[in-house]
Amino acid sequence: MREYELVAGLETHIELSTKTKIFCGCTTAFGAQPNTNCCPICIGLPGTLPKLNEQVVRYAVMAGLATNCKINPVAKMDRKNYVYPDLPKAYQISEYDKPLCYEGWIELESGKKIRITRIHIEEDAGKLVHDRGDTYVDYNRGGVPLIEIVTEPDIRSIDEAREYVEKLQLIMKYIGVSDCKMQEGSLRCDVNISVRPKGTEKFGTRAEIKNMNSFTFMSKAMQYEFDRQVDLIESGEAVVQETRRYNDADGTTMSMRGKEDAQDYRYFREPDLVSIETDEKTIEEIRALLPELPHEKYRRYVTGYGLPAADAQLITKYRRVAEYFDEAAKGLQNPKTAANLIVGQMFRRFPTEAEKEEWAAGATAEQLRELVLLIESGKLKMNLAKSTLEKMLDTGKPVSELVSEEDMAGVDAGALEGICKEVLSNNPKAVGDFLGGKDAAIKSLLGGVMKATRGKADAVQAETLLRTLINQRK
Amino acid sequence: METEKSTIRRLHRLLSEKQLSCVELANAYIKAIDEENKSLNAYVRTTPETALAAAGAVDKKIAAGEALSPLEGIPMTLKDNISTDGIETTCCSKILRGYVPIYDATVWKTLKSQNAVLLGKTNMDEFAMGSRCETSCFGGAKNPHSQNHVAGGSSGGVASAVGANLAAYGLGSDTGGSIRQPASFCGVVGLKPTYGAVSRFGLIAYASSLDQIGPITASVEDAAIVFDGISGQDPMDSTSRGRRNGPAADTLQESIKGLRIGIAEEYFDGIREDVRAAVEQAAEVYRSLGAEIVRFHLPALSVALPVYYILACAEATSNLGRYDGVRYGHRAESYVGVNDMICKTRSEGFGKEVKRRILLGNYVLSSGYYDAYYKKAQNLRGTIVRSFREAFESCDVILAPTAPRTAFEAGKQAADPVEEYLSDICTVPVNIAGLPAVSVPCGFDAKGLPVGMQLIGNSFEEAKILRAAYHYERETGDKTFRAAERGVRL
Repeated sequence: MREYELVAGLETHIELSTKTKIFCGCTTAFGAQPNTNCCPICIGLPGTLPKLNEQVVRYAVMAGLATNCKINPVAKMDRKNYVYPDLPKAYQISEYDKPLCYEGWIELESGKKIRITRIHIEEDAGKLVHDRGDTYVDYNRGGVPLIEIVTEPDIRSIDEAREYVEKLQLIMKYIGVSDCKMQEGSLRCDVNISVRPKGTEKFGTRAEIKNMNSFTFMSKAMQYEFDRQVDLIESGEAVVQETRRYNDADGTTMSMRGKEDAQDYRYFREPDLVSIETDEKTIEEIRALLPELPHEKYRRYVTGYGLPAADAQLITKYRRVAEYFDEAAKGLQNPKTAANLIVGQMFRRFPTEAEKEEWAAGATAEQLRELVLLIESGKLKMNLAKSTLEKMLDTGKPVSELVSEEDMAGVDAGALEGICKEVLSNNPKAVGDFLGGKDAAIKSLLGGVMKATRGKADAVQAETLLRTLINQRK
Repeated sequence: METEKSTIRRLHRLLSEKQLSCVELANAYIKAIDEENKSLNAYVRTTPETALAAAGAVDKKIAAGEALSPLEGIPMTLKDNISTDGIETTCCSKILRGYVPIYDATVWKTLKSQNAVLLGKTNMDEFAMGSRCETSCFGGAKNPHSQNHVAGGSSGGVASAVGANLAAYGLGSDTGGSIRQPASFCGVVGLKPTYGAVSRFGLIAYASSLDQIGPITASVEDAAIVFDGISGQDPMDSTSRGRRNGPAADTLQESIKGLRIGIAEEYFDGIREDVRAAVEQAAEVYRSLGAEIVRFHLPALSVALPVYYILACAEATSNLGRYDGVRYGHRAESYVGVNDMICKTRSEGFGKEVKRRILLGNYVLSSGYYDAYYKKAQNLRGTIVRSFREAFESCDVILAPTAPRTAFEAGKQAADPVEEYLSDICTVPVNIAGLPAVSVPCGFDAKGLPVGMQLIGNSFEEAKILRAAYHYERETGDKTFRAAERGVRL
């Protein structure tokens, strides 16, 4: 069998997190009672007119600038006409041939750029709810602003697709235009996928798989679709251009409609809205609002702070963690210590992605910075620092309230030797074990020393001293 | 000379001088409508309670010695495509029977805040598609000057009501002549404002880039007063730009000496001889008033009609897609599944003309035909806009017939729809170009039916065309502006 290559392009719909809908003042809040976040405009009552929410334009321009897009100085909105009960005007107001943003890219870890064809704004539709044989319509989601981000067919593997979506998701969260929650549908992907024999140039016929709202589904659907298309070609059949739906129950995709049934959307300019003009000044104002983006932070952490790649990656993965770290790192000689405490210690308290995302850290970034400053000045030994951090996270109290000057002063060498000797004589079994070759027994002895000094002793110093004293006993 | 006409200005004076109370005035109209609407079918819904409530409020103000604004307490009507909170609004289509808006159109909100006395909603062609007012699901409105003739369309009900003194004024909408043509048929004044001068919010759309709300009144001054009252930038309508100049009513008296009145030959192609003669006669009147007549050509007008029907139908197709029986209005009784429900609802709910335009609109927008029709029409729209702009370099206003003829005989629609469409030839160009135009009566034909002419202005020059119309009206008086001998006469 010949070797095949996957070719894919993505269309990603992202719900913008504006407070109000794209054409009216209704709230965009998720999870309200059906048809309570609605008004004459978003349910398309006769005679109503859309009024474009300027924040939607600003967010979309922001998304465009963050993904290296050009911004159209004069964009316009169009009507995409189709009939479905969840679409109360029988047309969706979208952008057809003059989108707000165009020709951008997102760079993958490999350095490969996935080109972005366009980003346009549009309104979401309502939702059909099926219940006991009846169908109801909920228009709460109708008119929620969306951006659609379309790539060129630059993706060559499932991993690339996943990485692209993850990167896109992270950028959108960083710039604050969307929460990008796949499970709530605020980020959904359509994948255009085709295959071709490796080494050939010509694209194969593509199928579009609609509405994938999890990475797992997307991976499975792409794998299934790749295999299906390869099988078709290998058995001498042709791939037909069509729209398919992924069915998670059996992990397959099935045809929704073929090319000949494709909707003719009869696009034309939305006469109820004027052109969207975005001048250079506005673009620069918005550009100035862009925060440091994840890949920029990552680069700074690795090259500037010398963080290990893995730690830099973990910290940048969560916008709030990165902001927390940046705040804590201010004025530190070695931000790596702060990174270590965050990744090594604090992350343990937030096992799920959602919790890390939320980052309800018990201690403020300033408090963490204070702690690290004490470590850097040598006043606070690392082991005491670690236990203090745990207390800080539990109580929310600053270091100063948890550790006294006296604690920080540590234990002087003479006193430490006395304590070590006492611990050794009180623990003959552990000493025996150690002398018998069980090195780990030293830890239990060290524990005894730490207990006796209430954590004030320097662990490294104490361990060295213990080893010397035992060896003297040989 | 004091006319018998119940103009806004006259009624305002009668109320202010306490010659009659507003409730008495409203009741006079309510009674007249009761007596005469059966034969005219101008109103499809009357709202006496709404009218009397507003009239009562006005009387209280008068009693308290407060001054009235010009439109306060004046009995009026709205075309049935202007949304009125709590009052059924149907566009005279079966598909919207039973639909009661839950919000007010901006124009109505504005007038309501000035205690306008709403007598009812008036008849129209279904979704404003027609030139006779006969595609209405309630049957056609009749001409106040002859019940064998139509009131014209689509705002036939408003024109009929104002022409028969069953309302002092009314608001209609004009997409391709729907204010001006019925005004000319009924012998009243109809102003189609510049696109964007009056908010469209709440006007049930036919063709969004062409629709514009405007007044139908008994006099030119009234048209100016109402226009001044309803024009303005509305945040709810992104395409509204408001009024560029001061109140039009303030400058009516200013001289028209030296005003350049343009006449384009193309406006007279296929026009009935008596209509042409009446308009030419008007040009003579203007000359005698010191205006200058400038003759030129506007060849772009030859494409206006197809451009209009392509653009209007395309937008209509999209605007009317929402009537699916899911949320409001008519829903078919029996159906299998949602698609069947939508098909049956629309098949039953829409009339023949509306269906024809929906089909036409879908055709011109569909892939494969888009470039040949819609795109071409859009390009030609640009050509027409430029032609008018150039024309206004050599003249101030353009004088033209409003319609090629006087009112049609009722119930005798041409078998070929194109023949009907041709009657819109004089009115559609200004909608395409977004310009203001006012239709004013300019005489009567042999049967005694009114003839109308229109004065077209450059964008936002309502004051100028109204001033030109005002001087003509003042000069010719009863010879051209003769009210029908019916309805409320005070």
